[in-house]
Amino acid sequence: MVVAGWFSICGASYEFDNVGLFDIAGRPGSQLMWMGLSVGIIFVILMLESDFFDVFAYLIYAVVILLLIATIFLAPNIKGSHSWLVLGPIRLQPAEFAKFATALAVAKLMNIYGFKLTVPKNFLIVLVLIFLPMVCILLQKETGSALVYLAFFLMLYREGMSGYILLAGVCAVVFFVTEMKYSEVIVGITSMGEFIVSNIILAITMVLVYLERKDNKAAFIMLIGIATAYVAGYITSLFIPVDFALIAEGLVLLSVLYLIYLSARNWVWHYILIGFFALASLAFLFSVDYVFNNVLEPHQQIRIKVSLGLEDDPSGAGYNVNQSKIAIGSGGLTGKGFLNGTQTKLKYVPEQDTDFIFCTVGEEQGFVGATAVLILFGIFIIRLIMLAERQGNTFRRVYGYSVASIFFFHLAINVGMVTGLTPVIGIPLPFFSYGGSSLWGFTILLFIFLRLDASRNDR
Amino acid sequence: MYTNRRYIISSAVVLLVLIFIVRLFYLQVVDNDYKAWADSNAFLKKTIYPSRGIMYDRNGKLLVYNQPAYDVMFIMREVQPFDTLDFCNILGITKDMFIKRMADVKNRRLNPGYSSYVPQVFMNQVSSRECGVLQEKLYKFPGFYIQNRTIREYEYPYAAHVLGTIGEVNRKDIENDNYYVQGDNSGRSGIEQSYEKVLRGVKGVEILLRDAHGRIKGRYEEGKFDVAPVSGKNLTLSIDMELQELGERLMQNKRGSIVMIEPSTGEILCMVSSPSYDPGMLSGRQRGKNHKLLEKNQDKPLLNRAIMGTYPPGSTFKPTQALTFLQEGVITTETQYTCAHGYTFRGGKPACHGHASPLNVVYALATSCNSFFCWGLHDMIDSRKRYASVQEGYEIWKNYLVSMGYGYKLDVDLPGEKRGFIPNSKYYDKYYSGRWNSSTIISIAIGQGEILATPLQICNLAATIANRGYFVAPHVVKEIQDTPLDSIYTDKRYTTVDKKYYEIVAEGMRNAVLGGTCRRAAIPGIEVCGKTGTAENPHGKDHSAFIGFAPYHDPKVAVCVYVENGGFGATYGVPIGKLMMEKYLLGEIPESDKLLEETMANAVVSPNILSLPNREL
Repeated sequence: MVVAGWFSICGASYEFDNVGLFDIAGRPGSQLMWMGLSVGIIFVILMLESDFFDVFAYLIYAVVILLLIATIFLAPNIKGSHSWLVLGPIRLQPAEFAKFATALAVAKLMNIYGFKLTVPKNFLIVLVLIFLPMVCILLQKETGSALVYLAFFLMLYREGMSGYILLAGVCAVVFFVTEMKYSEVIVGITSMGEFIVSNIILAITMVLVYLERKDNKAAFIMLIGIATAYVAGYITSLFIPVDFALIAEGLVLLSVLYLIYLSARNWVWHYILIGFFALASLAFLFSVDYVFNNVLEPHQQIRIKVSLGLEDDPSGAGYNVNQSKIAIGSGGLTGKGFLNGTQTKLKYVPEQDTDFIFCTVGEEQGFVGATAVLILFGIFIIRLIMLAERQGNTFRRVYGYSVASIFFFHLAINVGMVTGLTPVIGIPLPFFSYGGSSLWGFTILLFIFLRLDASRNDR
Repeated sequence: MYTNRRYIISSAVVLLVLIFIVRLFYLQVVDNDYKAWADSNAFLKKTIYPSRGIMYDRNGKLLVYNQPAYDVMFIMREVQPFDTLDFCNILGITKDMFIKRMADVKNRRLNPGYSSYVPQVFMNQVSSRECGVLQEKLYKFPGFYIQNRTIREYEYPYAAHVLGTIGEVNRKDIENDNYYVQGDNSGRSGIEQSYEKVLRGVKGVEILLRDAHGRIKGRYEEGKFDVAPVSGKNLTLSIDMELQELGERLMQNKRGSIVMIEPSTGEILCMVSSPSYDPGMLSGRQRGKNHKLLEKNQDKPLLNRAIMGTYPPGSTFKPTQALTFLQEGVITTETQYTCAHGYTFRGGKPACHGHASPLNVVYALATSCNSFFCWGLHDMIDSRKRYASVQEGYEIWKNYLVSMGYGYKLDVDLPGEKRGFIPNSKYYDKYYSGRWNSSTIISIAIGQGEILATPLQICNLAATIANRGYFVAPHVVKEIQDTPLDSIYTDKRYTTVDKKYYEIVAEGMRNAVLGGTCRRAAIPGIEVCGKTGTAENPHGKDHSAFIGFAPYHDPKVAVCVYVENGGFGATYGVPIGKLMMEKYLLGEIPESDKLLEETMANAVVSPNILSLPNREL
């Protein structure tokens, strides 16, 4: 608890740091007001009985969902999104509050005695709870905030969700990136991307066969087969042109057939599942281009391309990221000193006080300061995980993991986009970015958990 | 249940933080590009151009100065859509020109340094009137701004070759000297080029903070890092502008050159190269167009014939021969050679004209006897008593000439000087397969054959004789503000010939004026010395040449006149030389010679060339 308290002070001091930075931006006053109010909220939360959250979890969730739905219709159009509720001088973003509500609801659901994620029906209910607010937020055209809900999968993984779902997610991202990045390089009639991805699929399939079934023989046979095919392909290519990507794809199909054979012979489903994975991956690979070109919005396509380095457009879509990298890069080892950042002070980085706040840290405090912030965040998240682990009941643990996962996701995406590693997805950096709703959202999220933690020994 | 997974999740957190730290390390510590980029982002380094040094003539007359001019600049990244038509009207250009200029700027082949972040020149040297209108409406054209510049103004339409011109630096200049940025000017010819580093001064810089919209947010650190420009240094030339003007007038409709030197200092009093042009033509926006026209002109007006033209010196070369033979003891003042309207040793060739025979060296110089010097060369290099071989003798002969300033550059402070040509013995060995003697190469004794010299070198000979044995490297800049002249322009360079022999040659040149070939050079009250030259040339009529100095004792001026295809030395060389000396020594051309002046100025030797007074293209 002492450490938790220390962290909250840290959080507060970040905020002060933050406020100082806004001397020029003209927003320190309102941020101070939000902070004052959030301190009030902290008190309210800490005063409440810890059971309160357990009891009212569904109610809070229902209210927030209604608010979200209302927002879709009531909110004015601000920068293309309909996520702000305007109440006189105050503007609220209900999406920020939906996170803790969702976390509470999911936690309560999973706290039911005998609840097991592995039961498909339960898993489905959890998914509904998570996707409901996500869809609402998507309808508000706040893609970034909606994506945050994917963070819950990290928590679900801890709670017993199959690791393969995460693996599949990671694979999907990796395949997508590889295919996009190398789709321009054409070898024969197919692209370099297809060749690389197909080989990754083969490799993963083999590793899975080895790990899941401890079936050295099958994996070895596959390896030999693939090697033989490539050697044969190479020799043939000396005489007639050979499309290696087609060979790789053919090998994937052959592997699937082999796995089905193994499955039939040994009467084990696992081979079929692995084969299904390989087949699905291949299908995903073929659908990437179609999805990219036909499903994604043009501005999303460009953002992805910029972050993959496929397009360089420093004055257009890449402007934010480029300026942000310049600002961070110019900070050097020790930075330019508090309030001395030229890039951020002169407003070169758009959204520098909200989503791109990390630039200011990078420029003014340099590598040392930015690293310190990152390490603090890392410790903070790990500390949250540790706190979650020591909770006696599932409700608190699930909630704790949700909090940690959400912070993790925010950190990953936000710092990633600011440093040009991930596409620009407009989500704030917790406790740093300007904005009352997000500050409140994170405050409530965090302090409900601290309140729960404080009473972990009550029963 | 699944508690081990907390370690996997925690590792993911640690991994993520590590990835970010590595990324930050790369961005912030390893890669320096971003810092430079940030500077160019936030700092508008406004260059403050120093005023270029101005030039005066030797009498303090202003020759070259600066006039304000304005460049229209723009930064592509900051340009936003604007009323192009209005913009074009202000600058008096058509929309097509605008589109073409924009395309040219963006074309990296034409403009390799192009970047949308860096200021680009849209239009050079806009008049102050156009600039005023533009300045008023500048707010309508985001991304455009006006850069103050200066252009060179020339007080007189003369001395173009000496003064030189400035022009925009090219890619090579920028690579060689990081002082320059695109759009800067630097000296392209003449003094502007050779004294570029003195004249240009040092650029200043004003560091302004600029926000993302290009608005100026004030000076960086209250101007602590600003640098004030240092003006270029002023130059006082050794040129006498009145003399230069007269020279150019006398040389109109002729190709050739006049060089005058103050012997004791090596200062060049005038340097005329004809045809010439108005230096103002190559200043300002018309520079490019005019330069092309001058370049194409068949008479090569851009060539400074005084230092870049190499001519056979003809008989003006004879004093060098007299000096060499006297010093080597080949002849004495008593030595007499015969002349029978030609060099009898080779059957009367080269031919000579009617005069008493035999004759001594003084008389030979006065009458410009060809045979005398041919005999001299023969006695010098063909005699095996004197030197072991003809080659050895020839090399000694050549070294005398080199010591007198021939065959190598004189290191005048102007760009593009030619060294002329004095062959060495290897040249002849190769040419004649090693079998040669004085007869083979006899025409070099009278300044013909392979011998080539610039008018400056020829004039330098007159100056050396005037000084009786030394010269100071000729130069056109007399004083650099607050800076001493380079010692090569103050040190005396002695030749390898003794002073007493120079006295003999001077006497010969004095006699040439008193009763020899250049009697028309005589100026009442001044003891003028001179030597004519009629240089044969394979391309046409003989060149008319003259060298002289005056007064005989205590010379104040040495002169060389060289008129291409002017015929006998006495026809143009002598009278023009006389007029020039009169002008310099008396201040004015006497009434009695006004007619001569007009005759010379109006004489047409080469028709249809660029000429004063209206040197229009």
